[in-house]
Amino acid sequence: MLNAPHKTGLVFFPAFDWAIDPTHPEREERLLYTQDQVREEGVFDVPEIIEYKPEIVTPEDIQRAHFCVPDEQTVTTESHLISAGGAKAIANAVMLKEVKNGFALVRPPGHHSMRVTHGGRGFCHINMEAIMVEYIRSQFGVKRIAVIDTDCHHGDGSDDIFWHDPDVLFISLHQDGRTMYPGTGFPRDLGGPNAKGSNLNIPLPPATSTEGYLYVIENCVLPVIEAFKPDLVVNSAGQDNHYTDPLTNMNFSAQGYARLTDMLKPDIAVLEGGYAIEGALPYVNLGIILAMAGIDYSGVVEPDYNPERLKQSMTIMDNIKRTCDQIMTYWGQRYEMREAAGEPGQIITRHREVFYDTDNIFDRQKEKIRVCRDCGGSFEVDSKATPGNHILGVHIPINACKACREQGYKFYDQADNTKYQRIYLQDRTKDIYEVKQ
Amino acid sequence: MILGLDVGGTNTDVVFLSEEGVQKHVKVPTQPDNLFKSVLSGFTLILEGVDPGRIKRVVISTTLTTNAIVQQTVTPVGMIVSAGPGIDPENFSTGDQYYAVGGSINHRGREIEPINEMEIQRVGEKFKKAGIEYVGVVSKFCVRNPSHEILIEQILNNQFKQIFLGHHVSGNLNFPRRIATTYMNAAVYPLHKEFFQAVEQSLEEMGLTVPIQILKADGGTMTLEASMDFPAQTVLSGPAASIMGAIPYAPEGQDAVVLDIGGTTTDIAFLVDKTPLLEPVGIQRGGYRSLIRSLRTLSKGIGGDSALRVNDKGKLTVGPDRMGPAMAFGGAVPTPTDALVVLGLMEAGDQDRARQGIKFIADQLGMAEKEAAEHIFKICCNIILKKTFEMIDTLNAKPVYTVHDFLEGYTFSPDTILLMGGPARFFAKKIQDMYQLETIAVPYASVANAIGAALARTTCEITVNADTEQGVVTAHEEDFSEPVSKSFSKDDLLEIAYRLLQDKAKNAGAEPDTLNEVEMVEFQEFNIVRNFSPRGKILRTKIQLKPGLIHGYESMLNPQALDN
Repeated sequence: MLNAPHKTGLVFFPAFDWAIDPTHPEREERLLYTQDQVREEGVFDVPEIIEYKPEIVTPEDIQRAHFCVPDEQTVTTESHLISAGGAKAIANAVMLKEVKNGFALVRPPGHHSMRVTHGGRGFCHINMEAIMVEYIRSQFGVKRIAVIDTDCHHGDGSDDIFWHDPDVLFISLHQDGRTMYPGTGFPRDLGGPNAKGSNLNIPLPPATSTEGYLYVIENCVLPVIEAFKPDLVVNSAGQDNHYTDPLTNMNFSAQGYARLTDMLKPDIAVLEGGYAIEGALPYVNLGIILAMAGIDYSGVVEPDYNPERLKQSMTIMDNIKRTCDQIMTYWGQRYEMREAAGEPGQIITRHREVFYDTDNIFDRQKEKIRVCRDCGGSFEVDSKATPGNHILGVHIPINACKACREQGYKFYDQADNTKYQRIYLQDRTKDIYEVKQ
Repeated sequence: MILGLDVGGTNTDVVFLSEEGVQKHVKVPTQPDNLFKSVLSGFTLILEGVDPGRIKRVVISTTLTTNAIVQQTVTPVGMIVSAGPGIDPENFSTGDQYYAVGGSINHRGREIEPINEMEIQRVGEKFKKAGIEYVGVVSKFCVRNPSHEILIEQILNNQFKQIFLGHHVSGNLNFPRRIATTYMNAAVYPLHKEFFQAVEQSLEEMGLTVPIQILKADGGTMTLEASMDFPAQTVLSGPAASIMGAIPYAPEGQDAVVLDIGGTTTDIAFLVDKTPLLEPVGIQRGGYRSLIRSLRTLSKGIGGDSALRVNDKGKLTVGPDRMGPAMAFGGAVPTPTDALVVLGLMEAGDQDRARQGIKFIADQLGMAEKEAAEHIFKICCNIILKKTFEMIDTLNAKPVYTVHDFLEGYTFSPDTILLMGGPARFFAKKIQDMYQLETIAVPYASVANAIGAALARTTCEITVNADTEQGVVTAHEEDFSEPVSKSFSKDDLLEIAYRLLQDKAKNAGAEPDTLNEVEMVEFQEFNIVRNFSPRGKILRTKIQLKPGLIHGYESMLNPQALDN
């Protein structure tokens, strides 16, 4: 009988009866072959691997991370709620120490979903990791969390939700935005004025191979995590860096993913993208599960794996090393950058545009945040979607200082209710959520 | 007229049934080192004064294979496994004669790496050298494509007495369990064959010529002939016999729990509308996991003869060990049975010795004798019911894979408890009072296991997969494969599945009037899409002949029977 060195929780929710549309990459068939592989390997018979039933997230869970426009019910289907509930179930198992770590193998994904969500972007409606992180903070009082997004696409939703949060280290490794959806996530994007450096974006050139990818983990991600000293490490475990993925241009492998997991040692991993459903996912998922449980994964190799063919050029390696050096420089300067971002009490305004490819919505946002040295800072987001609603969302961070709490309520009370269809207040200090119509 | 025989650890029970009910039952002590003799004396006694020509059906349940596995007196088996990418197959080794060879098939059933003929021949030579006569061959994903297993069998070509192939074992995916199950079938085969050929011959000599049916772990039967390919399916048929014996008294259209309270252990099982729940993949006991279809049962180490003790914290403990019979029946250690005697519920046994035993416990607990006996009785009920409810929670927390099942999934919620085993009737009232759940002591509790064996119907299962991109529909377990067109539908799949199930059921000896007791266990349909265009469909189904009882003996459940 096969035993694992420690306990690992798994939620497997393939949503075999749900799809965006019948031929969409995010469809029923996506985890079918993964299920076949995992079952045939007898993974669920390893006594230390414990399968959990997903939970279903409540509107209250979502309201800690999102302003759903107009409301949670309109933006989500049951499948989104159960998928996010899968991450929540794993969080509970890990936080209650029933298992050492856990992997939520769920679909649909969530990491393109931003704080204000008007609908579907990049196959995502609500952000599983953000909902889970906020749940963990409220329920278990955990302070510092690192979220490492290894999906091939920039985790722009998570980047947005954690943008102003100095207590969440968010690192996204992704194929260069100049060559790939959603076209964002460059090294200079380092987080808001109060949280500079706690968001790190590491674009990788197309054709990055296992060698280059693991170089970044070893020389950039791990040292930053070590310095940040998180209480919990979360991995947004997208699998579309694979050399056979139809939507991307990278050369990562199942062995690479398993090795990555082994190095990162996440407490919680959550499946994001990955669309090579037959040639990659069965092997990548198996590799990740074995690595999390501490079982030998050296035999998990794709049938058509040929390391020679996937060898990376010197130019690509040089490019990756330069990016890493740059990121480490920014990381070293994070406190100076926060100092330089503005004077405490000052209100800084930012304008941005967000496009929803899945639901074809265009959103113009204007954000105002109070510069603060004591907390993440309260902010308001004015969001005008076409087609859609014009809303204002006010966020008060969980550990907000007195001045920022007051500023948050000032944003909320002074909002012009003739201008907005809805005005939302997300006061994380009291875990409350209010809506004015 | 029907004969049912169940060889248990202590006794061998035999019943003789007519449509009016139990005509006769006998109990003989089991001789663990000579089960054949136990079976023979059971049959001899029951047939006294009975015309063997009137017997239409004979069902036997034995501990033969279970004992052989537990005592490791099985035949040496040579195993050849072909794994391909994934977990190291050395983790699933069955012993010295276990060889992981090359070759690989993927999850869609496509060949990735061929079998190396020379390598197989070399392994064959090693087996010969080691005196191996029985061989098991298992390849990963053989349920999608068994060609490697078949090829290996051909390469080994008649050098061995019998070769067992993994894809015949089950349609379920699970490579490690398939290895264990294939090994087990091969390992108990000679023993099983020799034993039942002897039984068959003896019964013939007594004038019993109807085909013998053998009870399986899933509470169904198969013919002796069918059992020769899968002898391991007979392991743990004992608990299954008992559970089947409770079915006549289970409420229709409702959920019920069956508790078989024995001397050392209590077996817990579940019925939904008179149909027992099965293990989702196969038997698992401790570290041993298989693909053998089995009733979902759990054994808890508590029974009428469990040793009673008071621990250093002054708390009563029950079992899990048995130190011999109750003091009332000559044992050395007080037991729950002694408490029943002290409470005046049980009339048999030595009253004084029972009181002496309970007093020993009562003194340590600082209670009066009667009070302690009552306390013991309550604690026993508590332990058994607590475990039952825990298992129901596990049952209801099982993972689901569709939004529909998540939102609409079945929740098991029992209205009735059926109690079996020696002390059942004493426990029934107590449990009903404590938990406000209707609790019935099954009539003929002491031979209900033999009744269950006698009335169990034939069961079997068919798994069919269609892949219209590859243009094929298969049920490799049945050696079935046919080409299909792109328009192959769910109806086509089910038609094939039903046809295969009917054939399989008839071959396994199913009674014609149970052939329509079919249940669809699984159905899945997926579009195969590549580069945004549909390429075909994957359709999968699993259907079964449900476990249950044969028809014509419903009158067993008459009020007279309940009074008995």
